[in-house]
Amino acid sequence: METEVIDKSKISLGSSPPGIEGPGFFATKLDQVIGLARANSIWPLPFATSCCGIEFMATMAAHYDMGRFGAERLSFSPRQADLLMVMGTIAKKMGPILKQVYIQMAEPRWVLSMGACASSGGIFDTYSVLQGIDRIIPVDVYVPGCPPRPEQVLDGIVKIQELIKSESLRRRQRPEYKAMLAQYGIE
Amino acid sequence: MATKNQKSKEIRETPVITAEKLEEKEYSILNLGPTHPATHGVFQNILKMDGEVIVDSEPTIGYIHRAFEKLAERRPYYQITPITDRLNYCSSPINNMGWHMTVEKLIEAKIPKRVEYMRIIIMELSRITDHLVCNSVIGVDSGALTGFVYVFEEREKIYEIYEEICGSRLTTNIGRIGGFERDFNDVAWAKLKKFMAEFPKVLKEFEKLLVRNRIFMDRTIGAGAISAERALNYGFTGPNLRAAGVDYDVRVMNPYSSYEDFEFTIPVGTNGDTYDRFMVREEEIWQSYSIIKQAMEKIEKLPAGVFHADVPDFYLPPKEEVYNNMEALIYHFKIVMGETEIPKGEVYHCVEGGNGELGFYLVSDGGRTPYRLHFRRPCFIYYQAYPEMIRGNLLSDAIVTMSSMNVIAGELDA
Amino acid sequence: MEELLTLVEKKLRENFGDHIISAEMMRDFPVFAIKRDKIVEVIKYLYDDPEMEFRFLTDLCGIHFPDNKGEELGVIYHLHNMPKNWRIRLRIFFSAEDAVVPTLTTVFSAANWMERETYDFFGIVFKGHPNLKRVLNVEDMIGFPMRKEFPLEDQTREDKDNTMFGR
Repeated sequence: METEVIDKSKISLGSSPPGIEGPGFFATKLDQVIGLARANSIWPLPFATSCCGIEFMATMAAHYDMGRFGAERLSFSPRQADLLMVMGTIAKKMGPILKQVYIQMAEPRWVLSMGACASSGGIFDTYSVLQGIDRIIPVDVYVPGCPPRPEQVLDGIVKIQELIKSESLRRRQRPEYKAMLAQYGIE
Repeated sequence: MATKNQKSKEIRETPVITAEKLEEKEYSILNLGPTHPATHGVFQNILKMDGEVIVDSEPTIGYIHRAFEKLAERRPYYQITPITDRLNYCSSPINNMGWHMTVEKLIEAKIPKRVEYMRIIIMELSRITDHLVCNSVIGVDSGALTGFVYVFEEREKIYEIYEEICGSRLTTNIGRIGGFERDFNDVAWAKLKKFMAEFPKVLKEFEKLLVRNRIFMDRTIGAGAISAERALNYGFTGPNLRAAGVDYDVRVMNPYSSYEDFEFTIPVGTNGDTYDRFMVREEEIWQSYSIIKQAMEKIEKLPAGVFHADVPDFYLPPKEEVYNNMEALIYHFKIVMGETEIPKGEVYHCVEGGNGELGFYLVSDGGRTPYRLHFRRPCFIYYQAYPEMIRGNLLSDAIVTMSSMNVIAGELDA
Repeated sequence: MEELLTLVEKKLRENFGDHIISAEMMRDFPVFAIKRDKIVEVIKYLYDDPEMEFRFLTDLCGIHFPDNKGEELGVIYHLHNMPKNWRIRLRIFFSAEDAVVPTLTTVFSAANWMERETYDFFGIVFKGHPNLKRVLNVEDMIGFPMRKEFPLEDQTREDKDNTMFGR
């Protein structure tokens, strides 16, 4: 049986935030450390309604593994979730339920809108479809596509990770954030 | 252990709760809401429960109503194919081909044999994907997560075959009225042959995990049973009806696209419970595999290169001819601008979808868009029977019953 | 299929006389136009009669022809005799002011949600239905979407300009 020889020079560690390093300690800003921890252990809430949900299942499966990004532990309870992934068409009947799920999530929370239907109504320009979830909740990242390929979804997750890493700890208490939520009617 | 199984059996065999009993006790109301990890799709069930046993339930649907039928009245015939994709999105090629066959029935087009065999290969591949999703999800709902991961790897291989032919993975918009947009190239044939060589091993591994698994059998045998008479009265079709004991399959009864040239058996169950539905779908995957093998052999004997019928009024001519040939230019213009003459009339065509008889009722008044298009969606029709199927069962049986019925929200609400 | 048309037409005219308005072949389907008030009796007869035995309701849908004054709305039934593989279509038409049809749920349980969907889309009331509420749309919606005068797009959206989208 032949074993593969791994070329150790090609393995590199992930980048660490800027800071002061010394024997046995590493000092950096609290924001950076917490951002790093949060970004690499997201607990997503899959709010799957239609076809994009099946592509999400394919993203979670072994071929395009989402566990590489630390997000394989799905949380169906909003209280324990970080990232609300809205996948699929949201009809007007479903709108209030989506808003309630968003309100039940604890801060910090992010929203990823996957697919054309969630971002803007998609091909369904009809009387019963909500033309984009950003009419009722604030959205952080939009992933276009109908349905988006799993690589695109992973790109969206990486963008969320960038947002999380660079977020300041006080952002959610600032008046601008509260004013933005008030625009949507959320306290 | 023996007493616990006996008690569950008694509860499952509880007849319909009578009105006097209902007033005696107090029941708790549980909301199996639109967002729930185990409901695959968005539908709500309000359950009235006596402890752990379900007494009654009231389903609410419509949380993803996208108004397909109204949308179809606005679009020309070839633009309706992307809408039909999103009906049963686990097996969208079947919906596409069903729609194309409906229009071909309206215009009375004659399709060459090679095209029909190619269509059969694609339809059976998509039936395999649909049944794989359903069976692995029954496993996930009863706690067996490994099968899901094995099976989705095989689905990736089928997606790669679709990508070679039409460019997209899930909502394929595959084919055209009259055939296909391009011939299957060598890469597609190579991928198909590789898939056919490797698939039986993986499916046998999946079966070894679940089929004779003691825990899985305990969970699913007797859960959500329905008799053949009630199933027929409720309008069941497809694997759910075959699990109840009726061997009705549209491919055999009203053959379309040359299915009469193929040999396959229809698996039939006895009790109509979850285990039977699981086994019927499992066996249908093997039958689809055998149909694809026969189709590949038959295509090798036919002359190569034919991939669409001769319907110039509906099938876009190739671009080289459009730029050089006057007739092709006129046809191209007429088709794109929607000036082709479409015969008036009504037609109903049904195909065997992943969930049963998917019917298209098309009323045409000669205009460029249909006057009325109605989809006979199997999920919508058999989901009505869900309250009756879970009455007297435990809550965990209700979850497994729902996932074994393969209710796809897109087809439920349309 | 022509034999099926003549056979069914003969039996229906024997039993229901002039409630059968017309009988014709459309492509490969025998299609019968029936008067609205006797439709449930006709379908029950087709269910029970030992020669007919149409024991499966394939589909039930509505249709709206705004130009036929007095007969604007219609309901279309598709029936199927599985052992012999016979399929027929029945149509009834009535005016939009008087859109009441007897329910088929006594014969087929499958008609329950199909009639609710037809009520939801066209506003046809099915007399005797156990639970006639809207099934797909929001319950307090005003208007019936599949009627031809109802617009497809949401009229309250302000970001899309109709002239640019060719509507």
